[in-house]
Amino acid sequence: MTSGPLGPLDPGPAPSTAGRLAETALGREQQLELHRWLRLNRLVEDRLTNLYRQGKVVGGLYSSRGQEAISVGSAYALGPHDVIGPLIRNLGALLVRGVAPREVFTQYMARGTSPTGGKDCNLHFGDLGRGLVSPISMLGALVPVMAGVAFAARYEKKDYVALTYIGDGGTSTGDFHEGMNLAAVLEVPLVVIAEHNGYAYSTPTSRQMKIRDLAQRAAAYGIPARIVDGNDVLAVYEATRRAVAAARGGAGPQMIEVKTFRMKGHAEHDDAGYVPRELLEAWRARDPIERFERHLTATGLATAAELEAATAEIQRALDVEVDAALAAPMPPPERAAEGVYEPGPEAPR
Amino acid sequence: MSAEITLLEAVSQGLRDEMRADPRVFLIGEDLGRYGGAFRVTAGFLDEFGPERVVDTPISESGFAGAAIGAAMMGLRPVVEFQFIDFMANAFDMIVNFAGTNRYRWGQAVPVVFRGPSGGRVSGSAFHSANPEAFYHRAPGLKIVYPATVEDAYGLIRAAIRDPNPVLFFEHKYLYRRIKGTLPAGLETVPIGRARVARAGRDATVVTWAAMVHVALEAAERLAAEGIELEIVDLRTIKPMDEETVLASVARTNRALVISEEPYSGSVAGDVAARIAEKAFWHLDAPLVRVTCLDTPVPYSPPLEDAYLPNADKLIARVRELLAS
Repeated sequence: MTSGPLGPLDPGPAPSTAGRLAETALGREQQLELHRWLRLNRLVEDRLTNLYRQGKVVGGLYSSRGQEAISVGSAYALGPHDVIGPLIRNLGALLVRGVAPREVFTQYMARGTSPTGGKDCNLHFGDLGRGLVSPISMLGALVPVMAGVAFAARYEKKDYVALTYIGDGGTSTGDFHEGMNLAAVLEVPLVVIAEHNGYAYSTPTSRQMKIRDLAQRAAAYGIPARIVDGNDVLAVYEATRRAVAAARGGAGPQMIEVKTFRMKGHAEHDDAGYVPRELLEAWRARDPIERFERHLTATGLATAAELEAATAEIQRALDVEVDAALAAPMPPPERAAEGVYEPGPEAPR
Repeated sequence: MSAEITLLEAVSQGLRDEMRADPRVFLIGEDLGRYGGAFRVTAGFLDEFGPERVVDTPISESGFAGAAIGAAMMGLRPVVEFQFIDFMANAFDMIVNFAGTNRYRWGQAVPVVFRGPSGGRVSGSAFHSANPEAFYHRAPGLKIVYPATVEDAYGLIRAAIRDPNPVLFFEHKYLYRRIKGTLPAGLETVPIGRARVARAGRDATVVTWAAMVHVALEAAERLAAEGIELEIVDLRTIKPMDEETVLASVARTNRALVISEEPYSGSVAGDVAARIAEKAFWHLDAPLVRVTCLDTPVPYSPPLEDAYLPNADKLIARVRELLAS
């Protein structure tokens, strides 16, 4: 990407062949599966927006609109025993790892049957059985923690890798630096996907750092980094697949910078009035899902009717998921006091 | 009876025995391996256990605390050393926000130990003398252990490693080589969450922990010559606090003092005092007394640090006031 009249966030000229995406060895079935995850990601968030407007969501709602290809493409490249540490815009990664939409809906609506039983909000949940580590709100914290997850793999001579995400703003934190440097020195199998989406809340990247590419940060730690079009699910998939293979093979931590753009505000309440409209328009033309659909139809992997049918099927499934979540009870108040400590050996009296 | 060892050697032996017993246990921190740790707690460990179990790190307290949390979630039993406990502040977010909340938020236990040398009276000044227990006492999900004796140091470090929760384990550096003792044959662990009555007495209860246990014992010996008998309760575990032992002692003596090596405001001593006032008020014959440090950073020069710290003279003066009231 080159710097254009819109500054460093300029996506650059539109692709010469609309819908032309990265080369991949993925076959038709896998590409259609990727399409279903992408659509599911967006449609789950559309449903959440509706629930938010109805006052059903408790607290804030965070969207990954425009960034779905990153979560989906990267998670799709992982093996079943790999462990990921997602952030709040990585819904797609959770879905690919087997999280059901109703789990997400109940989380956002603070229901008693949600993955955290109402203890924590939005995508702040994990399940090591599915290889998921919960984030905390402090950005950067997952980088050292996931470096430790990767350390455990090597310690026990297991071949899983750890993968986590960080935003452009998050790369300014001390924990990002400490975690990257430690991972590099310990040579652990960690893959970091750095999502460069232009804004940290209202702060543009130009106010976040004096460098153009997040990948430059990786160089400071001796970590190999690639820059990838984050709105091309195949490019994200292929880059992640290579990085994961390198990490698994003992090459140490890897980073991928994915260039993308945040198409909504920081959260649903934020109208993002600070983002120039022409920038949003330029990026809307690069919508990752529409691009992938154009690719699928242009390459003859699917017809428009088939893609529409797949989308309609997801909508029907989501009707059921939303209804189930709306019917779920709120947690019993007495639960508030439970679960602080893991039960262990009790002190004998 | 085994040979006499120091409190430092007790911690070291506890770590070594637990590492021999459980291959999941590993150490991570600064200068642990070849150098053997700033206080030599892990001297010889690198040769015995190798670099994968004695992990030297960059100067990154938050980084290696976080890595330990990640490894703990995956089933390992990390023991994190902070070169001085003051630097635990650099990992506050990891300890309080990550490790402390994890079990409650999403059910995943974090069996990790955060340990290191703490405490003053060594002219370490403001950043090598801290007792930070109060910062962490109010953080849900953590356990805090602070031994005063060789037996407790050995048994509690092993219990801390076996505990499935994040445990903060403080080692008073003034006691490291001054306190000696022997380990009972066959001792493995001392239970977390249990105080002990370090000295029985009828006239007043002194609740304390760590180095101040020895200050209280010194005061008690001097007062005993005058026929005044102090009962000393050594908390051993700050959190979860053994209220039962504290309240039972106060019910016997009807007078209570809390002495601790921390600034007065926001201290754990304040929490102990509040629990006594709340739950044993009608047993008290006089208002309870707190003896703490000054509300200042830890000063450097010996006359200033002596003025800052509690000692036996200060405690005895407050005991006399209390018994006269």
